[in-house]
Amino acid sequence: MNTSTLAIKVSGISKSYGSVKALDNISLDVRRGEIFGLIGPDGAGKTTLFKILVTLLNADSGLAQVDGLDVQKDYKKIRSRVGYMPGKFSLYPDLTIRENMEFFASLFGVTVEQNYDLVAPIYSQIEKFSNRRAGRLSGGMKQKLALSCALIHKPSVLFLDEPTTGVDAVSRSEFWDMLFNLKEQGLSILVSTPYMDEASRCDRIALINNGHVLDIDTPQNMVDNYDAPLYGVKCDNMYEMLKKLRKVESIANCYTTGEYHHIVASKEFDVERLIQDLTDNGLKNIELKAVIPDIEDVFIKLLSNEQQ
Amino acid sequence: MSNNDYIIDVKDLTKKFGTFTAVDHITFSVKRGEIFGFLGANGAGKTTAMRMLCGLSYPTSGSGTVAGFDVTKEGEKIKRHIGYMSQRFSLYEDLTVMENMELFGGIYGVKSKDLKERASDLLEKLNFVEERDTMVGSLPLGWKQKLAFAVATLHRPEIVFLDEPTGGVDPITRRQFWEMIYQASSEGTTIFVTTHYMDEAEYCHRVSMMVDGQIKALDTPANLKKQYNAASIDEMFRILARGAKRGD
Repeated sequence: MNTSTLAIKVSGISKSYGSVKALDNISLDVRRGEIFGLIGPDGAGKTTLFKILVTLLNADSGLAQVDGLDVQKDYKKIRSRVGYMPGKFSLYPDLTIRENMEFFASLFGVTVEQNYDLVAPIYSQIEKFSNRRAGRLSGGMKQKLALSCALIHKPSVLFLDEPTTGVDAVSRSEFWDMLFNLKEQGLSILVSTPYMDEASRCDRIALINNGHVLDIDTPQNMVDNYDAPLYGVKCDNMYEMLKKLRKVESIANCYTTGEYHHIVASKEFDVERLIQDLTDNGLKNIELKAVIPDIEDVFIKLLSNEQQ
Repeated sequence: MSNNDYIIDVKDLTKKFGTFTAVDHITFSVKRGEIFGFLGANGAGKTTAMRMLCGLSYPTSGSGTVAGFDVTKEGEKIKRHIGYMSQRFSLYEDLTVMENMELFGGIYGVKSKDLKERASDLLEKLNFVEERDTMVGSLPLGWKQKLAFAVATLHRPEIVFLDEPTGGVDPITRRQFWEMIYQASSEGTTIFVTTHYMDEAEYCHRVSMMVDGQIKALDTPANLKKQYNAASIDEMFRILARGAKRGD
């Protein structure tokens, strides 16, 4: 692929803090105009990768480009082309909403008015509080202000490090609607999240854990490529059942997942026999069905394969 | 200590800050041994309500008991009889696993002989024996959270309050954490838990949903789904939270 069609190119990036390998030979590409999700738990290395890409940290080895520019050689140029929303709230708490916006605009030599159109769908939601200090805003308002500040200089690549962590389900889904809007306007977006259910909102995702990539693909392909029979089962005593399921040999893995426990079956798995077994063990109202995996099932499978 | 069936039993609990009513006449009970999910959108009043239930703040009005003590005046006693764990503050990072256990056990008045026994039991149960002398700060987040739960139950409280205990934890460890909750519950400990993961709400025996300072729904996950004609608790949450007037 021609480099110019890529918003971000990461090849073989490693970074250690003392003896801890935060990133271990990571490679991935983000195409222009796509929303690329970095999905993984705390400690997976998401923030380290972000810091390297926005030129706040140097990698130990490997190459990375943003907007076609090298993160080490061209770091000054990159800084004016990227918008970065760190995981920790990093605006000035003593400045008002309006003052924060003006400050960030002036850093990049623009005015709020100049690029108002780009931020308007988000900024207009908090503008009526423009004289309130940033430190006194609710979580959702801080999030919107941080996104507005990251956008005010009209960056070509947007980096959002866990923008939805600690935010409730409704606000999270509204936030993703805003991202989709920005994508429509041509921005390339790299976004990280620990919430697996947000993966489906991305064009492509990388599942990462312990500093390396488990898989990169579209969310749909990942689910389609799931290569084991998966069942959901529920009954009147879910904890007892879980302990029983763990002892069944034809079950490769089983785990809680909301209303049902999921069963990753091996070839010898026999549905009728399991139901009989569970009934014999005194469990009632047993309901067992084949289920379609989601990204969390994929992640668990990849992690389990790795831990074996 | 009262012997009734309810470990939490509150009526019209209300908290005002100036003219703002953060918690608005909430009335509910939690049975002993129950896993109770306390849901709500950001800004709905969950944290304020939880602080009152944990004896950290007194209600503006209302009445009730937690672990048999009066929520309007026995905050200190409540604190001593409950376990509490939050995502933000869990353990001292520059103390070892064992030192954290000794410190918290000591604070809660666990006798040193009991403490030694319980600590070694817990280390074994958690597969942490080799990490006994490891600084907590160098443990992965998921391990810290499991350890924090264990530490919060060292003094054998009848009820443990968990404030978003699994935020950011990987999917496998998150489930291991919930198995610890299941186990504690099966041994009779009451669990009061908040979470943003809606699948976790389904693991609870009953869940309540706070909107604008009030409890708008409270029942078993199955009944709530039926009542709101929702396929999942996630969907029920969205239906109720979209009706919220305040918040973000």
